[in-house]
Amino acid sequence: MSEVQSPAPIVSRPHDLAEPRVPRVRAVAITKRFGNRMALRGVDLVVRPGERLALLGPNGAGKTTLLRILATLSRPTSGSLEIDGLPVERAALEARRRIGVVAHQPYLYEDLTAAENLRFYARMYDVPDPDQRIFEVLTLVGLDERRDDRVRSFSRGMQQRLALGRAILHRPSLLMLDEPDSGLDRGGMALLAGTVAEHAAAGGSTVITTHDLGFALGAVDRVLVLRAGRVTLRANALDLDVAGLDRALGFTR
Amino acid sequence: MVQRRGSAMGRVSAGLGVVTAIVMAAALYMMFIYAPTDAVQGQPQRIFYIHVPIATIAFLSSFVLAVGGIGYLVRRSQRWDRLARASAEIGLIFTTLVLLTGSLWGRPIWGTWWTWDARLTTTLILWFIYLGYFMLRAYAGDADRAARYSAVLGIIGAIDVPIIYLSVDWWRTLHPGPVLFTSGGPAMPGSMFVTFMVSLLAFTLLYVWLMYQKYMIESVKDRVAERQFQLAERQAEIREGMAL
Amino acid sequence: MNALGKISAVAWKDVLTEVRTKELFAGMFVFAVLTIITFNFAFDLTGADRAASGSGALWVAFTFAGMLGLSRSIALERDRGSLDGLLLCPVDRGILYLGKLAGNLLFILVVEVIAVPIFGALYDLPVYRPLLLLALALGTLGFASVGTLFAVMAAGTQAREVLFPVLLFPLSVPVVISTVKAAELALSGQSGEAIPWLNLLVAFDLIFLSLAFLLFERVVEE
Repeated sequence: MSEVQSPAPIVSRPHDLAEPRVPRVRAVAITKRFGNRMALRGVDLVVRPGERLALLGPNGAGKTTLLRILATLSRPTSGSLEIDGLPVERAALEARRRIGVVAHQPYLYEDLTAAENLRFYARMYDVPDPDQRIFEVLTLVGLDERRDDRVRSFSRGMQQRLALGRAILHRPSLLMLDEPDSGLDRGGMALLAGTVAEHAAAGGSTVITTHDLGFALGAVDRVLVLRAGRVTLRANALDLDVAGLDRALGFTR
Repeated sequence: MVQRRGSAMGRVSAGLGVVTAIVMAAALYMMFIYAPTDAVQGQPQRIFYIHVPIATIAFLSSFVLAVGGIGYLVRRSQRWDRLARASAEIGLIFTTLVLLTGSLWGRPIWGTWWTWDARLTTTLILWFIYLGYFMLRAYAGDADRAARYSAVLGIIGAIDVPIIYLSVDWWRTLHPGPVLFTSGGPAMPGSMFVTFMVSLLAFTLLYVWLMYQKYMIESVKDRVAERQFQLAERQAEIREGMAL
Repeated sequence: MNALGKISAVAWKDVLTEVRTKELFAGMFVFAVLTIITFNFAFDLTGADRAASGSGALWVAFTFAGMLGLSRSIALERDRGSLDGLLLCPVDRGILYLGKLAGNLLFILVVEVIAVPIFGALYDLPVYRPLLLLALALGTLGFASVGTLFAVMAAGTQAREVLFPVLLFPLSVPVVISTVKAAELALSGQSGEAIPWLNLLVAFDLIFLSLAFLLFERVVEE
């Protein structure tokens, strides 16, 4: 193992810094309809490299639906989406390569060990030098000791940490976290905040949905509020406080 | 494109309906009165003039269904799904009729209500494929999923049907051999052949006319649903406007 | 990594899980053997023409066990949400389909490998004939190809247990006929006559494997 003097970026590819003008995400007029229900009614969204964005909104506002569309898990009923300048309609595979997702479900195979899970995803994402990378990631999320234990034996906090590891394994340029605070313990939250910060410093972008307004304001640069499938507020985190957000979300008047 | 009396669409539909009625009347006359009685099978043989054309249409329907399915998967527009839906419904009805007329014909000829020969068996399986189509649509959830899933089923089903026929045919065959086209011309007297062709034309026209009606009905249904949806959207917007 | 590598990655993941939980295999195997045994009480599988009814019994047993395995395997993936994890990967959906198919196929084939000798012993039939084994393999491939596609589809609906057999059975009729016929001919020593049936199976497999590969994407997109 070589001595690493200045640690290589754990999360992002260095070359992304060369393209500061191409937005990480450009979503235009996204609508999503489920039968008779309109979940998203025309959402525009731009996320720049190095930016951290929080998606807020009451339950049923469409946050998860929007996140799924941004993650290419769902097709919008209308509208266009570009990831790193790549139109998702035509370059879906290449777009997916640049996205890492931590959702409510950990996307882990419970009867496989932590290392086996990561090895599987490393193969699917064509991660170069997989063994080295898996070691790096497991160390980062503090699960190297448990690498050969089955995920079934992990606590929820540990599973979420492994899920985070799975999400950054392939060095995505865009991280999407759907209510990451819901499953993590304190150590996990610190890890998450640190990872997001490091990711941003290397030019990566993050989109987070959460219900914890305090956490959101502390961890992100910009905030987007969704209500009933529409964007009702776009602001810098620095210009907001929790009370203001509560009003924007409709929880208080 | 609602049918209003006097509109172009209405005229086409009425015209088609009239032509269909005329040809069908001619066919009925020919099959029951004009065509000679079969020497071997007697009067029951006349069911042939209904049974075989309907069978042709039933299988044609499955093909149209698949075309609608491919159209929907490629274009993602509701029109193609409407075509598929319409053809599926008519196809199911016609397939049921094939099975019934087949039984009615078989009973006096072969003494049983059912035989496992290639054509009838394939028709029975086709019936279950249509049934599966409707069950799938019913349980698939929202409209897009239902259309997508049933399109996939329709495509696979349509390509499978000839293979099913081939396999069953190799396995067992009892159906009267090729009555229409053997080498050296049709194996039946001219008058029977003509009757058959007229009947085939009549039922094809009937199919086209039914498809047209059904497609229009589905089209109106879709637009009513769309209107209701937009109304609900408008109400939701007003509510949100008040809240914000 | 090339497509083959990813297909084997998906299949290997399923195999590894199955080896550790034995969730599918035990159920499928017991089901298959019990079906074979029960058939003896339903039909006469001891007479001189038992090659014919025996082939049928054997294939029905594998069909039922296969369906059990297919629907359970897909349900596990969907219920745990890991299907989304697969869909996030930068992998062509057709490749994902082939990976799931490979895993499913392996499970059913393992059950068959063990059940066939048992069947041969119980009913005194010469099962170690290459054409019989080829027929079973080709038939299983055809059945699993269409089955994997429809298992995923049915799992996305509200009535998966009912819908899956309703969709699969009619469509797999050519497989049933061809496999049973070929098996019967192989068992009764008329191997030459089994060839056309095997050809039909190969054609079915090629056509529907390709179709399912192409259409899978449209089934899993949301």
